[in-house]
Amino acid sequence: MSAEFQQHIHDTLADGRLQSAVYTSTGRLKEGRSAVVAHDVLPDYQELRTQANAIKKHAIENLDHYLEEFERNVEAHGGRVVWCKDGSEVADFVLELAKERGARLIVKSKSMLTEEIDLNERLERHGLESVETDLGEYIIQLAHERPYHIVAPALHKTREQVADLFTARLHVPHETVIEKQTATARAVLREKFLAADIGISGANFLVADSGAIVLVENEGNARLATSAPKIHIAIAGIEKIVPRAQDLATFLKLLARSATGQLLSVYTSFLSGPRRPDEIDGPEEFYVVLVDNGRTRLLQEREKRQSLYCIRCGACLNACPVYRKIGGHSFPWVYSGPIGAILTPQFLGVQREPALPFASSLCGACAEVCPVKIDIPKALLDLRCEVKKAEMREKQNRLEKLAFRVFAWVMSHPRIYEMAGRMAGSAFPEENAGWLRRVPGLMNFGPMRAWADQRDLPPPPARSFREMWRRR
Amino acid sequence: MPRDAVLHRVRTALGRGAGAPIPDPPPARIRIPEVDLESRIASFRTRIEALAGETCLAPSPEQARAAVAAAVEGKTAVASNAPFLAECGIPGLAGVRSGITDPAELRRQCAAADVGITSADYALADTGTLVMLSSLQEARLVSLLPPAHIAVVPRGRILTGLDELFSLLPRPAEQTSSMVLITGPSRTADIEQILVRGVHGPGRVTVVIV
Ligand code: SF4
Repeated sequence: MSAEFQQHIHDTLADGRLQSAVYTSTGRLKEGRSAVVAHDVLPDYQELRTQANAIKKHAIENLDHYLEEFERNVEAHGGRVVWCKDGSEVADFVLELAKERGARLIVKSKSMLTEEIDLNERLERHGLESVETDLGEYIIQLAHERPYHIVAPALHKTREQVADLFTARLHVPHETVIEKQTATARAVLREKFLAADIGISGANFLVADSGAIVLVENEGNARLATSAPKIHIAIAGIEKIVPRAQDLATFLKLLARSATGQLLSVYTSFLSGPRRPDEIDGPEEFYVVLVDNGRTRLLQEREKRQSLYCIRCGACLNACPVYRKIGGHSFPWVYSGPIGAILTPQFLGVQREPALPFASSLCGACAEVCPVKIDIPKALLDLRCEVKKAEMREKQNRLEKLAFRVFAWVMSHPRIYEMAGRMAGSAFPEENAGWLRRVPGLMNFGPMRAWADQRDLPPPPARSFREMWRRR
Repeated sequence: MPRDAVLHRVRTALGRGAGAPIPDPPPARIRIPEVDLESRIASFRTRIEALAGETCLAPSPEQARAAVAAAVEGKTAVASNAPFLAECGIPGLAGVRSGITDPAELRRQCAAADVGITSADYALADTGTLVMLSSLQEARLVSLLPPAHIAVVPRGRILTGLDELFSLLPRPAEQTSSMVLITGPSRTADIEQILVRGVHGPGRVTVVIV
């Protein structure tokens, strides 16, 4: 376990206020979910999960096909698809476009992918202003933090902390009434929406047969960001594809229920292309940026593919006894909770935080609530296995390094070298002719043996070259 | 090209050739229950009221007009160009601007108005949802910028739910660049999970069922 991971966990456990904030908020979300998936209110819940899993599996296994279909349909509606391998390509595209259009101000709606690639920082380094407009995201942007929770990014902040933050950063009077804080954010951000040149959104789904992106939200900021500015850029991971608009009948029933306990989120926008000639308003330009950023690596391994089914509902976080104790910021990357514990090592390698797959009691609560039926405990076990293998490789490497250090030391000390030569000579009496298949002594143990098993040695000569030289 | 590079990596990972055929997707799951109109109306009202939205029944277009008139009295309002609003005589009400087709003008008016008045293409009974397709009749911003939204909806447009919507509109993108489903007033719970209405969108939603 890295000292950093340990420290974060320790700090979170020691902070009573934070403990109760995280516990209460995740508890509310958890109960909200349970109430709306109960058998008497949604009798076909399990069938919907099975269907969602089947569709995701099919879409991921035929991903290239659906991505191409998606692209054709976006273009048919006058939009453009941009493909990016990683965050720097995404930033380059946005910067280039902003430069061409003379854009300076960007309004953003929530997107985990842009968190993954630190888009705001990349853009701001080049003089653009990129403002988060979801209230929770706005708060953590002002605080220079990363999201604490996939669906409730500022879950760890109290109203007092928000009041301090607003006073410090927005120079408004200290106000601890949540309604008034919200009104302040509304007023500040309304001006930004109306002045912005570009709106950037994520996408909850990419619909192949329609060339459409789907955005699910409660505040209206995603609608504003995609309706008010002249340019709309949607940035999404390639795994967000679903084949048909009709599949939304399945996914929309599951997403809001699992995330916040709502039947549907307040706003579900289905957007395809820029404003059409027979429409009054909407953006003039529409881009969808499809991002890989490590996803194709997961795709290579059959067992890891299912991580790409995730619809980022956050239900597994709320259900997780570990997340509810150690909180979101203990996790080393933007994704926290059970899904973070599998995505982080899968995306960044197990070395990033080898203890992560072990920070779970494998109680199975995550798999039980996951609307797309990702087998998170199984994935954690696979990753534990990977960590152990990596550790063994590492140990082996350490032994090898030690052996070479000894070798180097012997080699750089002529007298010791000579002595070693003599010892080797006497260990193998001369009658032992031919190649040596088995080497005696130390070479028969542990990793050395694996090494020696593959190699034959010539028998050491009775007299070394140095000895012959001296006797010449 | 990044496009080909990404697609190539996807195909290599999946072991698929370019343009290779795919198996049929699992059939879409569409289940439309039989629910009579009166029950749909009742369910729609219950749902939206549970979200702190308001509803009222107007037996005739004239009564719908009267209900809207009462709601916008002393306020400024922008009405969409929906033919159904015209049928109800809503554009003629005092304080109601309508007939706007210029996007800049629309934006100015909506940003200043107290109320936005629209119709809806459909409504969903089992969730209390309004479905709006962007067009020359319905702009995006009327139901978004003003702090209050009134929707005047003929009762026959109330469908059972999402499944019926997507069976009527299997490809919404063929009709519009923007279809939005509105389920209650704008809200957030981002600070301490405490519910606050009217963050960026309207904090008040009223549906007049005609
Ligand atoms: S893994 Fe499942 S439960 Fe967790 S966020 Fe993703 S979809 Fe939701």
